[in-house]
Amino acid sequence: MNYVALKMLFGDRAKYLMLLCGLTFAVMLIVQQGSIFWGLMIWSQSSVSNLNVPIWVTDPGIAQVDEVKPIAATAVDRVRSVPGVEWAVPLYKGLLRARLSNGDYHQITLTGLESSTLIGRPAEVLEGRFEDVLQPDAVVLDQWAVERMGGPDVIKIGTVFELNDKLARVVAIAKTQKSFTNIPVVYTTYERAIRYVPRERRTLSYVLAKAKDGVPVAEVTKRIHEQTGLGAFTAEDFGWKTIGWVLKNTGIGINFGTTILLGFIVGMAIAGQTFYLFTVENLRQFGALKAMGASTWTLARMILLQAFTVGLTGYGVGIGLATVFGFFTARSGGLPFIETWQLLLLVLVALLAICTFSALISIIKLARLEPAIVFR
Amino acid sequence: MMDHPTEEQTQPAAVRLRGIVKSFGTGDTKVTVLRGIDLDIYLGEMLLLVGESGGGKTTLLSAIAGILEIDAGNIDVLGVPLSDLPAGKRTTFRGKTMGFIYQQFNLLPALTAAENVAVPLLIQHIGRREALHRARTMLERVGLGDRAEFLPKNLSGGQQQRVAIARALVNEPRLLICDEPTAALDGPNGQKIMELLREVGRAPDRCVVIVTHDSRIFHFGDRMANLTDGRIERIESITREGRA
Repeated sequence: MNYVALKMLFGDRAKYLMLLCGLTFAVMLIVQQGSIFWGLMIWSQSSVSNLNVPIWVTDPGIAQVDEVKPIAATAVDRVRSVPGVEWAVPLYKGLLRARLSNGDYHQITLTGLESSTLIGRPAEVLEGRFEDVLQPDAVVLDQWAVERMGGPDVIKIGTVFELNDKLARVVAIAKTQKSFTNIPVVYTTYERAIRYVPRERRTLSYVLAKAKDGVPVAEVTKRIHEQTGLGAFTAEDFGWKTIGWVLKNTGIGINFGTTILLGFIVGMAIAGQTFYLFTVENLRQFGALKAMGASTWTLARMILLQAFTVGLTGYGVGIGLATVFGFFTARSGGLPFIETWQLLLLVLVALLAICTFSALISIIKLARLEPAIVFR
Repeated sequence: MMDHPTEEQTQPAAVRLRGIVKSFGTGDTKVTVLRGIDLDIYLGEMLLLVGESGGGKTTLLSAIAGILEIDAGNIDVLGVPLSDLPAGKRTTFRGKTMGFIYQQFNLLPALTAAENVAVPLLIQHIGRREALHRARTMLERVGLGDRAEFLPKNLSGGQQQRVAIARALVNEPRLLICDEPTAALDGPNGQKIMELLREVGRAPDRCVVIVTHDSRIFHFGDRMANLTDGRIERIESITREGRA
């Protein structure tokens, strides 16, 4: 009877297309909004992921990576003295204003890396050599800085600008994950970063560390926290802490959650209503099948097959459309779009719920159907 | 037409109805549609259920088919106490032993004529290829071999009813249930359908029950039961002269 069910489904082309459009729209909306939401969350913790180090040591009261609370300079040695720590280096991170030669000002995030190792440097360099940051007045920009500060005609290797009235010369352009605030990132050495910023009692933003081989990172972070009283997180935990802060302190979660929920409800409403109409319009036919010996279970299987067939088709088309959208938006870098298998799995579960709900309404109708209807 | 016993009545009844009562609604709105029906239908015969509208013809037909619960009485079909069977077993029994022809044909619009005819076989879990082969053979028998791949919308009313007849007979049922098979057709087409029903539907090991109010086809039956106000008023046998 599967064959009959599918022929019935595809035979009513208008209804089939309406169902398909409804489910495709729902899937596309959920995937698109979900991917953008996740992309924004990834952006929000890009300051952690861009530096790619396993352990972050912070002020114990820190809320998220971009809310820097300076710690004492002695923290580096205290962390180094914790058993299981292979190395620990200082990191400066702070906001500053850059003044270009054309008179434009731009706010930038200054990142100072330990000069002997350059630990925390971006993995990929688009132009120039990152090691040249060791040269006098040298800085490395990320590609978003180039874009935000006037484009490649204004900002290129050799461009000179001022940071707090001190000279900065671009020696390389690095590739990084865009940040949530999209503030240009300027990399330099830790020592030079301290010189760029106004004098403060505490200038150390974070201590970056690594556990010795064979020692669990979580164990080392626990030891650091217990022995130094500082905050110590694995990179993953610090990223999640930042994401959690964004969700709690901004309306992003509610906004995207509402849209995703709307997609789910609209999809369910369209699919449920259309499917119910489809069943009601074919009630006599279903009654005839029942009279001819088709059990309610057979009819239920037919309905479920129809629902899941159109549902999975809509799933494929919806994901395809959302992916094409994501491909173009992500390529231009204008919108965050990160489509994860977890999201796709979640959408599949949501879609199957929609299909089951839609089918169930029809099945209940059919279960109550008296085959005698065919004689009326 | 005259009332006398036919040859079939000397055999045991294929369908045996005793004291059938059926009401709809409750309280003041309760309407009793069948008021104690006793009736025997024999293999090899074509019985017409006739009478005024609202007389209970279709209700009785539904009860015989086991698709309507009755309030009281017993229905035996081919020796099986149908009224005592649970709904699931009744459905299975119906699928194996009964064929249905409806006033509005009730063909599935998305399926070709052959596929429509194959549906009862598919319900019985017969493979699609075998079912379609048998469906095409059946369509040949009703004169629609060349229309096997047509969709119902591309067939005339008469042709659609022929497809419905083929569908009703394809699983070789022993009880053929027909509800106003000519009501949606014009006179000549109605006559042709009844000729076809007598030719291919009537068989020594099958009984055919037809509900109709179309007096132009009365002469095709072997017997005619007249229902009035929920009771069988009279049963008449139809002579060869009457058919002629």
